[in-house]
Amino acid sequence: MPAVSKGDGMRGLAVFISDIRNCKSKEAEIKRINKELANIRSKFKGDKALDGYSKKKYVCKLLFIFLLGHDIDFGHMEAVNLLSSNKYTEKQIGYLFISVLVNSNSELIRLINNAIKNDLSSRNPTFMCLALHCIANVGSREMAEAFASEIPRILVAGDTMDSVKQSAALCLLRLYKTSPDLVLMGEWTSRVVHLLNDQHMGVVTAAISLITCLSQKNPDEFKTCVSLAVSRLSRIVSSASTDLQDYTYYFVPAPWLSCKLLRLLQCYPPPEDGAVKGRLVECLETILNKAQEPPKSKKVQHSNAKNAILFEAISLIIHYDSEPNLLVRACNQLGQFLQHRETNLRYLALESMCTLASSEFSHEAVKTHIETVINALKTERDVSVRQRAADLLYAMCDRSNAKQIVAEMLSYLETADYSIREEMVLKVAILAEKYAVDYSWYVDTILNLIRIAGDYVSEEVWYRVIQIVINRDDVQGYAAKTVFEALQAPACHENMVKVGGYILGEFGNLIAGDPRSSPLVQFNLLHSKFHLCSVPTRALLLSAYIKFINLFPETKATIQEVLRCDSQIRNSDVELQQRAVEYLKLSSIASTDVLATVLEEMPPFPERESSILAKLKKKKGPGAVSVTELEDSKREGGELNGGGDRGPDTAAMAASNASTPSPSADLLGIRSAAPVGAAPASAGSLLVDVFSEAGPIAPSAAVNDDGFLRFVCKNNGVLFENQLLQIGIKSEYRQNLGRMYLFYGNKTSVQFASFTTTVSCPGELQSHILSMHLCTKPVEPLVEGGAQIQQVLNIECLTDFSDAPLLNIKFRYGGALQNLTLKLPVTINKFFQPTEMTSSDFFQRWKQLSQPQQEAQKIFKANHSMDTEVLKAKLLGLGTALLDNVDPNPENYVCAGVIQTKGQQVGCLLRLEPNAQAQMYRLTLRCSKDSVSRRLCELLAEQF
Amino acid sequence: CIRFILIQNRAGKTRLAKWYMQFDDDEKQKLIEEVHAVVTVRDAKHTNFVEFRNFKIIYRRYAGLYFCICVDVTDNNLAYLEGIHNFVEVLNEYFHNVCELDLVFNFYKVYTVVDEMFLAGEIRETSQTKVLKQLLMLQSLE
Repeated sequence: MPAVSKGDGMRGLAVFISDIRNCKSKEAEIKRINKELANIRSKFKGDKALDGYSKKKYVCKLLFIFLLGHDIDFGHMEAVNLLSSNKYTEKQIGYLFISVLVNSNSELIRLINNAIKNDLSSRNPTFMCLALHCIANVGSREMAEAFASEIPRILVAGDTMDSVKQSAALCLLRLYKTSPDLVLMGEWTSRVVHLLNDQHMGVVTAAISLITCLSQKNPDEFKTCVSLAVSRLSRIVSSASTDLQDYTYYFVPAPWLSCKLLRLLQCYPPPEDGAVKGRLVECLETILNKAQEPPKSKKVQHSNAKNAILFEAISLIIHYDSEPNLLVRACNQLGQFLQHRETNLRYLALESMCTLASSEFSHEAVKTHIETVINALKTERDVSVRQRAADLLYAMCDRSNAKQIVAEMLSYLETADYSIREEMVLKVAILAEKYAVDYSWYVDTILNLIRIAGDYVSEEVWYRVIQIVINRDDVQGYAAKTVFEALQAPACHENMVKVGGYILGEFGNLIAGDPRSSPLVQFNLLHSKFHLCSVPTRALLLSAYIKFINLFPETKATIQEVLRCDSQIRNSDVELQQRAVEYLKLSSIASTDVLATVLEEMPPFPERESSILAKLKKKKGPGAVSVTELEDSKREGGELNGGGDRGPDTAAMAASNASTPSPSADLLGIRSAAPVGAAPASAGSLLVDVFSEAGPIAPSAAVNDDGFLRFVCKNNGVLFENQLLQIGIKSEYRQNLGRMYLFYGNKTSVQFASFTTTVSCPGELQSHILSMHLCTKPVEPLVEGGAQIQQVLNIECLTDFSDAPLLNIKFRYGGALQNLTLKLPVTINKFFQPTEMTSSDFFQRWKQLSQPQQEAQKIFKANHSMDTEVLKAKLLGLGTALLDNVDPNPENYVCAGVIQTKGQQVGCLLRLEPNAQAQMYRLTLRCSKDSVSRRLCELLAEQF
Repeated sequence: CIRFILIQNRAGKTRLAKWYMQFDDDEKQKLIEEVHAVVTVRDAKHTNFVEFRNFKIIYRRYAGLYFCICVDVTDNNLAYLEGIHNFVEVLNEYFHNVCELDLVFNFYKVYTVVDEMFLAGEIRETSQTKVLKQLLMLQSLE
C-alpha cells in the first residue's frame, strides 16, 4: 500500500480501499461497501461529536464509494461542516466532496456559499484558492449570483497573491461561460487586459484564457490586448531557451503560453498599427525559422512542444490570409511534415494543409504535394490519417488535377473503410461533375462509382447523372453504350439497373443500330435484372418498357406479353399493378402518334445547383467541404415551376415539374412514372378517357416548404405562387385555438377543374399526439380563370407538436393534373400568450428551468438584417412578450410567454444575444417542456 | 477548451474522471465506456488523436494507463498532448515514481494536482517547479 507508506494518509481509508481491492467478487464488494456505509451512518448519527479527522476520513470514504459508482444519499452536511474547519486537509476533502457531488439542495447551497464567502475573505491564499476552485468546478447559477461581482475584485486587487490571481481568472471564466449575464464588464476589464504584462508567467497563462473568451464576445472592448499579446509573444519567441527557467519545457520557452497568445490573436484581424504588425510578422518568421533549426533535444517532448507553437502560428497565418510569403512558407513546412516519421505530424500536416488549400495564395503550393498525399491515402495505417488525406485531395482538386484525384479516390473506395464510403462517394461525384471537361469522363466516373460502391450511392448521385445526361445531347449515345456494357456484368448493383433503365428508356435508340445492342437485346438485358430488384426499381423499369414500345415498335409484342402476365398485371403491389395495367392499355389503344407524344423524350431539366453538395455539407458539417466553395455556389430557390422558360402549354413540364419544388427532388418524376403523367394538352381528351376521372398518375408531389419558415413570425401573406396559382393565408390565434383563411387565386384565364384540397397531419402529428383538430370546409371543384376562392381551417392545439400539417392541392389545368403539397405554417409558437415580468421574476424562472434538457441553445450566423427594429418586430411576431430592462446587456433580447395547448400550459423563456461584430447570434430557450425548447430553437434559428 | 480528463487502465477501470462540462451520471458512464472503446483499440503507429462525437480525444498511454483529454476539435493537439505529459511528470515527481496504485490510494490528492494545473477547462499552470512547490507546501499543512 504505497499511500500509507508515505505516512500522511488516513489509515482507515487506506485499509478500506485495500479491502475493496481484495474483494473477489462484485457481491463481496457490495457487501463490504454496505458494511462501511452502515458504519459511517452510525458514526454520523451517534451522539458523540466526531472530531475533524474522523469526519474528514468518513467523508473521504463516502466519496470513494461514490466514485466506485454507488449512490450516496447522506454525508453532505458533514462535508459542508468540513468547509468551515481551519485545517487545510479537512477543508480540502470538504470542498472535493462538494465539487464532485454537486447537490442542488438549496439549504446546503446557502451554507456552502457562506463557507466559500468566508474563505474568499480570509486573506489566506490557500483557502482562497480552494474556494475559487470549488466555484470553478461547480460553476452553478447560484454561485455566479453570489460571487460574480466579488471575483473580479480579487483578480485585479494589488495585494492578491499570484496563485490566487491564476485561480480567480479561470474561476471568472467559468462563471462567464455559464452565466454571462451575471459577469458585468466594468473598471476591472481594462486591468485584466494588462495581466498580459504580468511578470508571473503562470498568471499570464491563466489570465489569457479569460481574455480570449471575453475578446470573442466583446472584441472592441478588449482590442488593446492585441499589441500587448504581440509584445509578450515577441519576448518569448526571441528569448534564449533558458531565459524563462521554470517555463521552459524541454528547451522550448513557454510553449503553452505561446500557443494561447497566438490563439488570442486569432480573435482579431491583422493589427493595423504598422509597428505592431511588423513585430508580429517577425515573430511568425522566427517560429518558421526555428522549425528548420536542428533540434535541441531528440526527445519527442521537445519536438511536440516546438511544433505545437508552429501549428498555432500557421493557424494564425491562415486566419490572416494576407501574407503570401508566410502562407507559402507554412505550406512548405507542412510539406516536410507530410513525410515525417511521426504519424501525429503527418496527420496534423494533412489537416492544416486542407485549410491552406482554400487560400488563393497557397492553393498552388499545396498542389505540388499531390503525390505525397495520394501515397498517404494508399499507405497510411491509421484510418483517420487516410481520411485527412482524402479531405486534402478533395480540397486541392481543381481542373488541372481532377482526373488524377478522382481516379485515386475511386481506387481507394474499393478498400475504404465502410464508415467513410458514403462521404467519399459524394466527394467523387461532386468533383467529377464540377471539373468534368468531357462528359463521357463524368459518366464513366459515376458508373464506376456505382459499380464499386453502389450501396453508398445515394439518390442524389444517380438522379444527378441522369439530369446531366438528359441535358447534354453530346453524351447521350456514350451514356447508353456505357450503361449497356455495365449491365452485362452478371451481378450489378440495383442503382446501376435504375440508371440503365432510365437511360436506355430514353436513349436506347442511339445504340440500337449495333446488332449486339439491338432493341430486343436491350430489353432482355434489362428484364433479366427485373426480378432481383425492389419495387421502386421495378416501377422504373416498367416505365422504361413503355418507352421502349414507343422507341422500338418491334418490341411491342414482347413487352405487352410481359406486361400482361399475372405477375405484373395482378401484382400485389398496387403501384406495379397500376403501371402494368395502364401501360398495357396505353400501348394497345393509343395511336403511334399519340404514343410518340406521350412518351416523348424527357425535356431538359432546368440547370440547377447540384444537390449533392448540399447533401455532403449536411452530412459532414462545415470543415470537410471547404466552406468558401459552398458559399460561392449560388443557391437557387426551388421555385415550383422550375421550367420558367417553357410556357405552361408544354404540359409535360407543368406536370412533372409541379412535383419538383426542390433541386434534390428533380427526378422524383422517374419513380412515379413521369413519362406518362406528362400528358400534353393536345392528347388531353384521350388521356382522360384512358385514365378516367381521377387521373391516377399524378406525380407524387414532394412537399414544398419554402413558404413555411417565412410565417413563423407572421400570420398573413402569400404562402405560395407559381405561374398558375397563388395561395394567400390570413390567420388568427387565441389561446389554443386558431383559424386560418386560405385564398386560392387562379392566375390564368382558364378554368381549373376538379379542384380539391386536403389537409393532413403527417405521421406522428396525427396518430401519435393528435395535436391539432383541423376542420376544413370543402372548396368548390371549379375555379374560374382569374377567380379566387376561399377556405377556412379551424385549428385546435391539443398538445405540443413539431411537425406541420400538409395541404395537398389537386386540380386540372388544360388536360394535365396538377398536384402540389405545401407545409402549412402552423407552428407551436402560434399558441403563445405573451407574459410580462420583471427582471427578478425572469431570472428566478430562468433558474427554475435549469435542467439541461429544458434548455436548447444554438449559435448561428445572421442571415438577415441585425437591425434592432427588425429584430424586435420579429420577436413580437413570435407571440411572446419582449421584456425591456431585464438583461443587463442592453444589446440582448429576452422574451417570455406561455404556450397554450388543450392539455397543458408550457412556460417559455427566450434569450437572444446578437454579436454584431461577428454577425452571429446565440439563442437560448428554456421551456418547461423539453420538446418545446428544441422545436422553438429549430424554428427560430432560421428567422434571424 | 477541455471538456473532461480521464485516466483509465487497460481494463477500463477509471482512475480519475474530471468533468468540465455538465453531464448527468448516466451520460458520464457512457462517455467513459466510449472513450475506453475507441482508445484501447489503437496501437503505437496510430496518432494520439481520435475524433470523438463533436470533440476529439488527445491521449497518451503510460504503461497500463491511458491519459485522455477531451477537447474541442479546433484545439491545438500537440499542446494538449504535451499538457498530458507535463501532468504525468508532475505526478511522477510528486509520488516518487508514480504507479497506478498511487492514484487509487491517493485519489483525493490527484484532484488537487489536477486543479493546480488545469482549471475551468483551461491550462492554469505549466511550470513543474511551481506546481510541485505548491503541492509540497500543501502537503506540509495539517
